[in-house]
Amino acid sequence: MRLREIIEKIKPAFSKGGKLGMFSSTFEAFESFIFVPNTVAKNKGSHIHDSIDLKRTMSIVIMALMPALIFGMWNTGYQHFLSVGEEVSFIDTFFYGFVKVLPLIIVSYVTGLAIEFASAQIRGHEVNEGYLVTGMIIPLIMPVDVPLWILALSVIFAVVIGKEIFGGTGMNIWNPALLSRAFVFFAYPSKISGDKIWIAGLENAQNAADGFSGATPLSYAAANEIDKLPDTLDMFIGIIPGSIGETSTIAILLGASILIFTGIASWKIMVSTVAGALFTGLLVNMLGGSPYLEMPAWQHLIMGGFAFGAVFMATDPVTSAQTETGKWLYGFLIGVVVIIIRLFNPGFPEGMMMAILLMNTFAPLIDHCVVQSNIKKRMKRKLIL
Amino acid sequence: MSSNNGLKIFTTPFNSGNPITVLVLGICSALAVTVKLQPAFVMAISVTVVTGFSNLIISFLRNTIPNSIRIIVQLLVIATLVILVNEVLKAYVYDVSKQLSVYVGLIITNCILMGRLEAFALGNRPIPSFVDGIANGMGYGIILIIVAFFRELLGSGTLFGIRIIPESWYVANGGFYLDNGLIILPPMALIMLGCIIWIHRSVNQDLQEK
Repeated sequence: MRLREIIEKIKPAFSKGGKLGMFSSTFEAFESFIFVPNTVAKNKGSHIHDSIDLKRTMSIVIMALMPALIFGMWNTGYQHFLSVGEEVSFIDTFFYGFVKVLPLIIVSYVTGLAIEFASAQIRGHEVNEGYLVTGMIIPLIMPVDVPLWILALSVIFAVVIGKEIFGGTGMNIWNPALLSRAFVFFAYPSKISGDKIWIAGLENAQNAADGFSGATPLSYAAANEIDKLPDTLDMFIGIIPGSIGETSTIAILLGASILIFTGIASWKIMVSTVAGALFTGLLVNMLGGSPYLEMPAWQHLIMGGFAFGAVFMATDPVTSAQTETGKWLYGFLIGVVVIIIRLFNPGFPEGMMMAILLMNTFAPLIDHCVVQSNIKKRMKRKLIL
Repeated sequence: MSSNNGLKIFTTPFNSGNPITVLVLGICSALAVTVKLQPAFVMAISVTVVTGFSNLIISFLRNTIPNSIRIIVQLLVIATLVILVNEVLKAYVYDVSKQLSVYVGLIITNCILMGRLEAFALGNRPIPSFVDGIANGMGYGIILIIVAFFRELLGSGTLFGIRIIPESWYVANGGFYLDNGLIILPPMALIMLGCIIWIHRSVNQDLQEK
């Protein structure tokens, strides 16, 4: 109870009118981070209470991201030592990746939380917890060698332009993590596309092994070199070059099971995204025309960022569709658009980012249509009676 | 016209009546010509000249123009002035004129011009109208120059074509820096305009809608 006592002791200084009253929302953020707030909803109307709140929700998503993060660290090291042709122990491999990935996470959190705290103080709001997850996802969807200042800029762009100007957590139209990736993609394309940047140290390496290529499965596929694709099992486990957290389908599935079991992310969106991708993929398979178009549709699910996007980003409760029918439609359309961008747009080998951002934009429209059609259906029923 | 009123006519377009940030007119050209400072600067001067003199001419004619054909008369005056400006640009700053391409011609369709003619020149005496036109052109121009300043600095590392960010900083020369490719694209110019409007409204709180 000592911590509780310390908090109670310094609390008056931070409350309204106290010496440090201007930092009240910062204090509140740390207090409720440690202890569940003891305020109760006013005795007005009926409330259904649940022990889960925004902070616990975010913590569970962070836990669900852990398998992908830990695998990503190991894979970063593994791909690096593969590129220089060295054999090292498991611990060294993991440690190399850990050292490479940790700065990205720190920069992402420090920049993002600084903006969150500052804007909460300026507006006199409570600090929003939304950034806890965004700050973890951003490093996971970046190439490991992305310069830290570019990462910081993209975080500033995503949090200020993507979230704060709409009113903070819960008000944003687009997924902030994807917005930060889109920023890097358009502002500094040489740092997030091509064959050289997915593996740590490959870009300016003199010691790369002979004939080693850092191309991701998707860039092989986009170049129609289907025979060069890695082994299916490798792609499923994730021993392939790519953004830090996106490569391992199996680690992502582990995270997905946590999210679905706790009921935090919508399984409907995950299932319908996969269904949409498979549907479009099979349709294209039937048409055929080039090796990439004839590649089995299910292989799309284990390449690139599809699994990560479908599990962690399409299901973002703020930016996805809210109605149950809407969720099916929203997820399905994401799947459809991903495959269309991957197969038919020569400029973008990966379509997951664009597809989710596009459907984020349309999610309110989908909800509107679902609600209106429901109203119409009920009106009709009323007339018959 | 009292001098106080004249001053107000001149200052309003820079603050509570700014054509871009408050009236939201002339956005298209503000996105298109602000990649570099030089074309933005030339564009700002061109628009200022056209708004000033079209206001002056229409104000002189305001009692003789039949109401039913006033729009066509206004367009005639604006088009004549724009053609004149275009010819001058071609003669003296050919390079910039080529960069601006159709956007000089499109000054004709810039909403600020018709807006000021309809709202001010048709109902006021020539001198205040001229001041109003010049001030509105400058109010438009100043936003153009602010946007172009950031877009050229961050997108190309130069200002008026003079290198500001040293060559040795760039990745190609062993440094760490890269130009921001997004800021060259029109969407980012729109976001920057949005930020300017945001700052403007936080400073001048009368502009905030309740």
